[in-house]
Amino acid sequence: MERIEHANKEAVGRMLAADPVLVDVVTAGDVIDGLGERVILHAGPPIEWADMCGPMRGAITGIAVFEGWAPTLEAAEEMAASGAFEFRPNHHASAVGPMTGMTTLSQPVMVVENRKFGNRAYCTINEGLGKVMRFGGNDAEVLDRLRWLREVLGPAMGVALRDTGGIPLKSLVARGLTMGDEMHQRNVGCSGLMLRELAPALAKTSTDTAALSESLAFIGGNDQFFLNIAMAMGKAIMDPVRDIEGSCVVTAMSRNGTTFGIRVSGTGDRWFTAPVEMPEGLYFPGFTEADANPDMGDSTIVETIGLGGFAMGASPAVAGFVGAGTAADAANYTRTMGEITVGENPEWTIPALDYLGVPTGIDIRLVVETGLAPVINTGIAHREPGVGQVGAGVVRAPMACFEQALVAFAESVGVA
Amino acid sequence: MSVVVNEVLRGFYLDSVALLRMSQTLAALDGVEEAAMMMGSPSNREIMADAGILDATGEAAEGGDLVIGIRAENQEAADLALTEARAVLEQTSAAKGGGETWRPRSIRSAVKAMPEANFALISVPGDFAISEARKALRRGLHVMIFSDNVPVADEAALKQEALDRGCLVMGPDCGTAIINGTPLAFANAVPRGSIGVIGASGTGIQEVTCLIGENGGGISHAIGVGGRDLSDAIGGITTLMALDLLDRDPTTQHIVLISKPPSPAVAAKVIKRIGASSKPCTVCFVGGSEMSLPSNATAVPTLKAAAENALGGTAVGAGFDPEDAASALRGSGTMIRGLFSGGTLCAEAQVVLQSEGEAVGSNTPVPGTKALDAEGAHQLIDLGADEYTQGRPHPMIEPSVRDDALTAAVRDDSVGVILLDVVLGYGAHADPAGYLVGFLGDTAGKRVIASVTGTEQDPQRRSAQIATLEKAGIAVAPSNADAAALALACCRTKT
Repeated sequence: MERIEHANKEAVGRMLAADPVLVDVVTAGDVIDGLGERVILHAGPPIEWADMCGPMRGAITGIAVFEGWAPTLEAAEEMAASGAFEFRPNHHASAVGPMTGMTTLSQPVMVVENRKFGNRAYCTINEGLGKVMRFGGNDAEVLDRLRWLREVLGPAMGVALRDTGGIPLKSLVARGLTMGDEMHQRNVGCSGLMLRELAPALAKTSTDTAALSESLAFIGGNDQFFLNIAMAMGKAIMDPVRDIEGSCVVTAMSRNGTTFGIRVSGTGDRWFTAPVEMPEGLYFPGFTEADANPDMGDSTIVETIGLGGFAMGASPAVAGFVGAGTAADAANYTRTMGEITVGENPEWTIPALDYLGVPTGIDIRLVVETGLAPVINTGIAHREPGVGQVGAGVVRAPMACFEQALVAFAESVGVA
Repeated sequence: MSVVVNEVLRGFYLDSVALLRMSQTLAALDGVEEAAMMMGSPSNREIMADAGILDATGEAAEGGDLVIGIRAENQEAADLALTEARAVLEQTSAAKGGGETWRPRSIRSAVKAMPEANFALISVPGDFAISEARKALRRGLHVMIFSDNVPVADEAALKQEALDRGCLVMGPDCGTAIINGTPLAFANAVPRGSIGVIGASGTGIQEVTCLIGENGGGISHAIGVGGRDLSDAIGGITTLMALDLLDRDPTTQHIVLISKPPSPAVAAKVIKRIGASSKPCTVCFVGGSEMSLPSNATAVPTLKAAAENALGGTAVGAGFDPEDAASALRGSGTMIRGLFSGGTLCAEAQVVLQSEGEAVGSNTPVPGTKALDAEGAHQLIDLGADEYTQGRPHPMIEPSVRDDALTAAVRDDSVGVILLDVVLGYGAHADPAGYLVGFLGDTAGKRVIASVTGTEQDPQRRSAQIATLEKAGIAVAPSNADAAALALACCRTKT
């Protein structure tokens, strides 16, 4: 028991000691090993084409056309079905991606460095709202936007970030929590703060006023711009927490639209998987629950570090997805997550909860003992590829993942 | 032909989730095909356009404007929906009467939320009680376990661990305690004072503490040890610890120990420990036989005698004469049917009747009492015993559990006197006397005798309960022992 408590304390200690900094934007193929032709990184634990949901397939065919591996979406589909592409989880490549999470060699990826431990994590730039590839969109508009990100915004951000020497993220997130953000569904505060950090550097290093103007408008118009940065930050924070012997703290949670997977520090790189659950939420006009795709994305790395659903007390509006949703309900979600976590983060506090620190370090024993699964705030994609977002809501991590993990963990520490 | 209407509220901001919820209400209205309220950002306008609910008005909105978009079967339905939308927007500031207060779901988070807590009261199914108790002990809490059906080996191990940690385990199967003036589980509001009580019985503790409280005394602490603590398997671990605690407690001047007779080996251990105390002790083993005691200890046979001895000789129910009281009651018959919700109250009644040479039968017999169906014996039934509470609440919580037995007693021609206990306090029914009187109705010429275990400070108020009973023709004695004496006097009186 004490060995586990000690190991968990070490795990949370590393989480709190992290120093994540947004340092660069680079070409994915330059920094990710093995990311060559026809290799596609996706969200969630490993999955093959036959098991992929509609939006994931839509994104894959789209990215294949984008990279020039297929002339049309239909051709790409045939190639995918015949095994022409290699699919790998983002998580296996120090990367994360929201919803479908497509990461391929020519795309620009943001780089977050954890200066305490020296490791880096990558995530593509958030495409914005509407019909986008992360929701399975793959038409000309989507691909044109990806090209613009690759040719204009990505390089501009890279130059600007290198010029600043990097933008520290922990205190920026702390400020966002006081502004109603929880960094999964609500990023408007942090997106604004990040624009304030980036804009002068973009302006200073820009050589093209039109491109600068487009870039600022793009960032300024995207309420969720910070999401992808928060995700890379989460990955950068959690990677050094992996492989602590005897620790049962969760180091990753992720979904591919079909299965939900978790990783636990003491059991290394093993994924513990179970079918994803359906989100409970609200739908845009014209859509209902019947249109919803099951849960998807690497964005649950945000809950893994105590934000998102765990920080719902900072973002009362989000509780409105489930029931009448008062501020007290949102606060209760945060306090309830305190039942399954090792401790609190003293640097990320929620003013409305009397500066309670966000619940940090998910302990799989507590999840199984209390029967309380982690709560996640998420967007909802249409189940058909190419349609886009249809709503947003709240979903739980499947209990089965934690039960499996607990058995494996018990074996690993010799108490099975 | 569908009709689309839009309205734009310039500069009116509402959170998107709140708007989605309101949109649902609109979309559900009669005649409405699709409806939404969204902020007028380009992407939201696109969503509304795709849903066929945007017209030129909405198209012209900007990001800071709220757009109401409605598509309905006809103009009338559309206009009604628009009116409804405006009304819904007016209501947004209405107080929603607060969500549920957060409650901890585990001992761990309860301790975090209330770090100053030093006691945990556990009432979960027996299978889980020990592991929850262990969690509490390991966090330095004392534990009261109300649960029963806990394996005795587990109880022994837990109490040993608690002893090593210096923590008290009251239970399992402990229903009553009063610690530092705080009543726990089934307990009464009694005045603070200098008499400490240790009891392996819930209603035993209740009767003694109430009699003390109603007769000028007060309680420092009442420690329940659980029904099995004085068995050989457990060896009195909690009882001995309680004696240590009360010995050290400066507010305690006198110690009362209440139990059914323990095993001789454990009794010897406990009595030896009592002898080592500097304080006077009253030992009440209800139904027990003669034993030699150290000089600071006095043995008494009944709960009433225990209260009187602890009070220094004050008489409980002074002025009450069973024969006088009996002669005032109408009725005939020489057999008593006692229906008890308190196990020790049933035991005490057996002791009182036996001491008068009567033959007594019971489902929970003390030494000298026969089986319940014994020929020619008064019948005293403990309705809180296991055979009556399988899948049913205890009669103290739910008085209706006594109904069938009452009906049978009233109808039984061989019964002349019905003897009852009425237990008040926290955890008990809100109005046990009222319930009893309401149910009993015509008693077919039988005398009904009761006692009320409770205090004036209890939520039910002892005097009010007594008044209810007397008004219905039920004779109320000052204590459970007195009630048994009165019942017997009724049997012996010629009327």
